[in-house]
Amino acid sequence: MLRSATTWLLVGQRLGIAAITLLIVSFAVFFATELLPGDVAEILLGQAATPEAVAGLRTAMGLDEPAIWRFLSWLRGLFTGDLGMSYVNNVQVSDMLAGRLANSLRLAGIVTVICVPVALALGIASAMWRGSWLDRIVSVLTISVISVPEFMVATLAVLIFAVWLGWLPALSFGVEVDSLGAMLRAYAMPVITLSFVVAAQMIRMTRAAVIETVNTPYVEMALLKGASRRRMVLGHALPNALGPIANAVALSLSYLVGGVIIVETVFNYPGVAKLMVDAVSTRDLPLIQSCAMIFCISYLLLITIADVVALLSNPRLRR
Amino acid sequence: MSLSLRIPTPARLGYSFNWTGRIGLAIILFWAVIAFIGPWLAPYPPGEMVDWDYFGGMSGQYWMGTDYLGRDILSRVLMGARYTVGIALASVVLACAGGVLLGMIAGVVGGWFDTLLSRLLDAFNGIPSLLFGLVVVAAVGSSIPVLIATLAAIYLPGSYRFARALAVNVNTMDFVTVARARGEGFAYLILREIFPNILGPVLADLGLRFVFIVLVLSGLSFLGIGVQPPHADWGALVRENIEGLSLGAPAVVFPSVAIASLTISVNLFIDNLPTRIRDRSE
Repeated sequence: MLRSATTWLLVGQRLGIAAITLLIVSFAVFFATELLPGDVAEILLGQAATPEAVAGLRTAMGLDEPAIWRFLSWLRGLFTGDLGMSYVNNVQVSDMLAGRLANSLRLAGIVTVICVPVALALGIASAMWRGSWLDRIVSVLTISVISVPEFMVATLAVLIFAVWLGWLPALSFGVEVDSLGAMLRAYAMPVITLSFVVAAQMIRMTRAAVIETVNTPYVEMALLKGASRRRMVLGHALPNALGPIANAVALSLSYLVGGVIIVETVFNYPGVAKLMVDAVSTRDLPLIQSCAMIFCISYLLLITIADVVALLSNPRLRR
Repeated sequence: MSLSLRIPTPARLGYSFNWTGRIGLAIILFWAVIAFIGPWLAPYPPGEMVDWDYFGGMSGQYWMGTDYLGRDILSRVLMGARYTVGIALASVVLACAGGVLLGMIAGVVGGWFDTLLSRLLDAFNGIPSLLFGLVVVAAVGSSIPVLIATLAAIYLPGSYRFARALAVNVNTMDFVTVARARGEGFAYLILREIFPNILGPVLADLGLRFVFIVLVLSGLSFLGIGVQPPHADWGALVRENIEGLSLGAPAVVFPSVAIASLTISVNLFIDNLPTRIRDRSE
């Protein structure tokens, strides 16, 4: 398909907005973690700090410089991969993150692969047979999952699969991962929980997107011509709903970011989110900054993709 | 003329609530009352160990069992209502009051002020809510005022965006133009012309935001960075007693049920609001 120059201009504009947003967000993160808590040198040295020691550490850490310079050099560090040293154990933050990031991405990847087909099938099916028992059951289930906190979904999953059925280990990831079976068992609980949270959003948005197209006159026309319900939805409505559906998929995947924080903590999964929650309890600010930026970037990436997809698929948004 | 004739009940104004909405409303009112009088209803002091056994089951003495220290769960759930409902209500009122006021000002003023404010607040929408809470609490520590301010800051941009969109629509209507031609001041325009006409949808939006705030607050408490011990909201109660899960202790179940009942009933109530309140444009 040929896209006009204005389309690419608009896409470029969205990317520009995303970049500016990222800049503001990074400033907010920097502001919250470096300027709000007061003097970092005093926090580090604790109660036994002498004024001389504090002054020495301030100079050594460059805290005497104006905040805007510190922000810029921190930003440069982010781009060049120099994320600073952890306050707590004096290890490079990038070294601590490397393995954790891979773990989190693997979890997110598995959830995406499982969720997208299931959620799309259920969403389209409940839009196709709207008002049927399938639609009602799916609606009630998705509303329930959306209106309770993520940790309750996790708790419920543990209660059902570990306590009542006894299929899976309850709250441990520390088990040895030596065989395929052990690996599956270790991943099962976090994946099940996250899938429920993300799929619930995706099903609802997909259903809404398909129903919106089904309500248009040309689809009704297809029905009047004698097309079956299945043909009406799959042949006439679906091709036009693809854009909104892709938009919905990207948007609901952004729920992974919030969900993963709770799920990794509940199941003790060694990912970035668990690292960050631990860093919050030890007030390890450089580590918190880096983790926060990782989450903000992935979140922004997903909602920007959703925006761009919506723009490319719907000519009306380009005016 | 007696007073009762002048009280504007929903029926007199021509609204009617369906049964699902009424059930939702009843549960919301129930928890609101508990938040006020809960501590007097509690059969035992919420912070006191009353049972020598931990993770006790349900019994005539302890209706909802006991927690990991042998404290009465019923008393703690009743007390927790005050934290969960109180903090969430304070934050949602702050968020919506700020958001709606800024949204109306931006909608009426327009121009560069509107563009700048909208861009800035949109950028804050680019931070996932739970993460925002984590970062702020890591920076300044956790206390109830900090929690309220943080939760309000997280949900202010969304409320702003919603109110601004409504205000822009109302602002173009004839009666606003007439008021402007009459020479009415800015404050009059916003408070007397715009605000009453966006009130219904704004209140519905407030309800939905209340649910989000309850969820994020419970999430923060569950992670151990929300309400701090010895106090506990419902999220913190789940966290404290999560070890009892493998024992099937009711100590985990009841706080969870309390959260779910509150959030689901608010959703039910908002979903079943009469169209006349939710959307004045129709």
